[in-house]
Amino acid sequence: MGTVSTVLSPPALRTGMALAGAGFRRWATYRQAMLAGAFTNTVFGFLRTSVMLAVAAGAGGVAAGYRGPQLATYVWVGQGLLAVVQLWGWTELSDRVRTGDVQSDLLRPVHPVLSYLAADLGRAAFALCSRFVLPMVVGLIAFDLYLPHRPATYPLFLLSMLFATVVSFGVRYLVNLTAFWLLDIRGVIMAWLLCSNALTGMYFPIAFLPGWAQAVLWYATPFPSILQAPVDVVVERGTAGHQATVLAVQGCWAAVMLAAAVVVQRRAERRLVVQGG
Amino acid sequence: MADRPTTAAAYRALLGAQLRAQTQYRFSFALDTAASALITLLDVVSVLVLFRVTPALAGFSFTDSLLIAGLANAAFQLCDMCVGNIDTMREYIRTGRFDAVLLRPLRVLPQLVFGDFSPRRIGRAAQALVVLVVALSLADVTWTPARTVLVVIAPLSGAVIFGAVFVAGSTTAFWFVESGEFANAFTYGGRDFTIYPVGIYPGWFRAVFAYSLGFAFVAYFPGLALLGRPDPLGTPGFLPWCSPLVAVLAATAAALVWRVGVRHYRSTGS
Amino acid sequence: MPLIETTGLRKEFTVRRKAGRFRRRRHAVAAVDGIDLAVERGEMLGYIGPNGAGKSTTLKMLTGVLSPSGGEARVCGLRPVAQRTRLARRIGVVFGQRSQLWWDLPLRESFRLLRYVYRVPSAEHAARLAECRRLLDLDEFLDTPVRQLSLGQRMRGEITAALLHGPEVLFLDEPTIGLDVVSKQAVRSFLADLGAAGDTTLVLTTHDLADIEKLCRRLVVIDHGRVVHDGSLAELHARYDSRRRVVVDLDAPWDGTPVPAGATVETVAADGFRVTFGLAGGTAGDLVAALAGTGSLRDVSVLEPDIEEVVARLYAEPA
Repeated sequence: MGTVSTVLSPPALRTGMALAGAGFRRWATYRQAMLAGAFTNTVFGFLRTSVMLAVAAGAGGVAAGYRGPQLATYVWVGQGLLAVVQLWGWTELSDRVRTGDVQSDLLRPVHPVLSYLAADLGRAAFALCSRFVLPMVVGLIAFDLYLPHRPATYPLFLLSMLFATVVSFGVRYLVNLTAFWLLDIRGVIMAWLLCSNALTGMYFPIAFLPGWAQAVLWYATPFPSILQAPVDVVVERGTAGHQATVLAVQGCWAAVMLAAAVVVQRRAERRLVVQGG
Repeated sequence: MADRPTTAAAYRALLGAQLRAQTQYRFSFALDTAASALITLLDVVSVLVLFRVTPALAGFSFTDSLLIAGLANAAFQLCDMCVGNIDTMREYIRTGRFDAVLLRPLRVLPQLVFGDFSPRRIGRAAQALVVLVVALSLADVTWTPARTVLVVIAPLSGAVIFGAVFVAGSTTAFWFVESGEFANAFTYGGRDFTIYPVGIYPGWFRAVFAYSLGFAFVAYFPGLALLGRPDPLGTPGFLPWCSPLVAVLAATAAALVWRVGVRHYRSTGS
Repeated sequence: MPLIETTGLRKEFTVRRKAGRFRRRRHAVAAVDGIDLAVERGEMLGYIGPNGAGKSTTLKMLTGVLSPSGGEARVCGLRPVAQRTRLARRIGVVFGQRSQLWWDLPLRESFRLLRYVYRVPSAEHAARLAECRRLLDLDEFLDTPVRQLSLGQRMRGEITAALLHGPEVLFLDEPTIGLDVVSKQAVRSFLADLGAAGDTTLVLTTHDLADIEKLCRRLVVIDHGRVVHDGSLAELHARYDSRRRVVVDLDAPWDGTPVPAGATVETVAADGFRVTFGLAGGTAGDLVAALAGTGSLRDVSVLEPDIEEVVARLYAEPA
């Protein structure tokens, strides 16, 4: 099956757009679940903002370089992003591996990584319009949030969210692919749950950690690129140059994760052929 | 009929089956156990991380906060060990597997608890108790007989309060099949809420979570009583001793909601 | 007292329908709309009807899964929802699409567990299991995890699982759906024997007409939540005027010989050499005897009524 060049050919991109549209519409039908999720994100927004503002107050206004409103924005953008990058709960591919339905994915003339990525981007677009917006509105009304001062930050933030979604997709795809070898991926999912909670910036800003730990996480793991990166872009942490560095790191990780997904996919398919399905 | 199995044997058999099913996949099982052990520590670790950048939270020092977090964590993990997997009920309802649960001659709640039990939950609860002991030894507690009783009762009442929220929360799926994460706002949200002194939360939010839902009685009030501190928010001094009462009330309410909910079940699909 | 008895059994669901762009209105839809049913011990009852007629909903109310919105149901003298766990010990249920087996464990393990769940004495359990193993050929896949079983194998496992506690009633929701021909026949003849033995009352829903002919001595047809027919297959044929046909080839064009009572002329071929008679009553023998008198009878064939046609006609009719 395909190489990176066939994945990115123009007809493949058109197919991708169609698949993304389908992904968007599919998720748009789950209105109840969307509202329930947005409600939960909002409650967690209140919880975490309260903690972060208490931290900022205790630290005399500035904690690890973040001011109170920046920390509040960190929390609300983070809650909104959870659904956009869909940190948790995607087991569609591994379920299909377990049931054997995955074979029909391989019969389609589209590379599976591309078709799942396209569907995921469609899903993310819907989440951006719904589950990102709803808690953000509540956060804006209830708290003094930091809004970007530099106009360029807005498009950069969108780009950063795109990268974040792709990196998150890559990790989730790889997690799901392990089903080809393990069948039961509960353990892998639990390990991912641990990393996604502790290392993406979900539980606390990465900057609260010691310097060496920050460096290791940012450059040697994809995790901060999924959540902390878009947040740091939108709260304009550091200079414009710092923003660019964050985006560059994210872009690299997006490319690495996609390439890894394609490579592992190929090996998984070979395994499927050997096993006879 | 001497060899007719007892109900207890039925639950034991369910538990055994679940263990065998899980340990079939050895690597997955080991990874699951290790990762979940670390996740349990995350709440306490995040308290450590936050205190790297601040010396105090709403007037509570690191050791005081750690004690509250330890109590909250112990209560939550005890609850999670017993009824935490009632979470899976909404999956059961969504996929229609709940039918099979209803078709067996066993009660629903214990079936879900034993049928999906994972031994790592025992490990997690034990781990939480160790953390609590460490927090107690670091904190400045003047031990009295009353406080000794409290330190045993508090995690138990807290666990019952959490359990009530879990059970009541899971019933939303009876009414709204796609209710998804709604209940998480109160179960896992409740856990996050209880870790920190309630003084950090804005007024109405605190009123709902701390007093209406009773989460202040899980760790905050018992923590104050153990530390011998008056509530900086000025609540009456007897409240910290009311946790068991609140737990009984919560459990009763949850049982009622559950009964109504099961009657409302509409089995989906064919 | 009947083993299963319902009076005015109803189940309503509220559904939200789109009304305008964002608004949705709630509608109460009666999936089961007043069903009266009495089933005696040892009956083999086919509960049939088109998709969405309320078959599964009825079965779920009888087994205690769903609470009725109205009316009464008694199964084995128990109220299904209120006395759910007691009832569960006395009935067996096979829902074609929902497994009651443990997905990750070998079939044998599931059976062992069910002994505990249903509190069956080990001798009884062993005897029933041995019987099912023999009749349903379970031995070759008894140690295979359920997730690896074929559909036919799994269904044989499901039926065994439902019988291990010796239920008085066995409810089956589309037990042969999706099975291959061989498995279908295995399941069908097993159930036929089970019903013939008379200890177990069978209630099954099915779309498979061969199931109906082989397994259902009594048919209850429902549509839009109401019973539209309750009786034997023969009565169904009679009621819907589905008659046996006698096709006769003659040596000469038909001369209009008077036919005996109960027979009617349905079609006469263009050349008049072939005539099809419908038989609403009487026997084919009477008809043939009458025709033989004319001396031009060459060939006779009798066509059995076609249940498929009857059911199709039944479903097409408005309730």
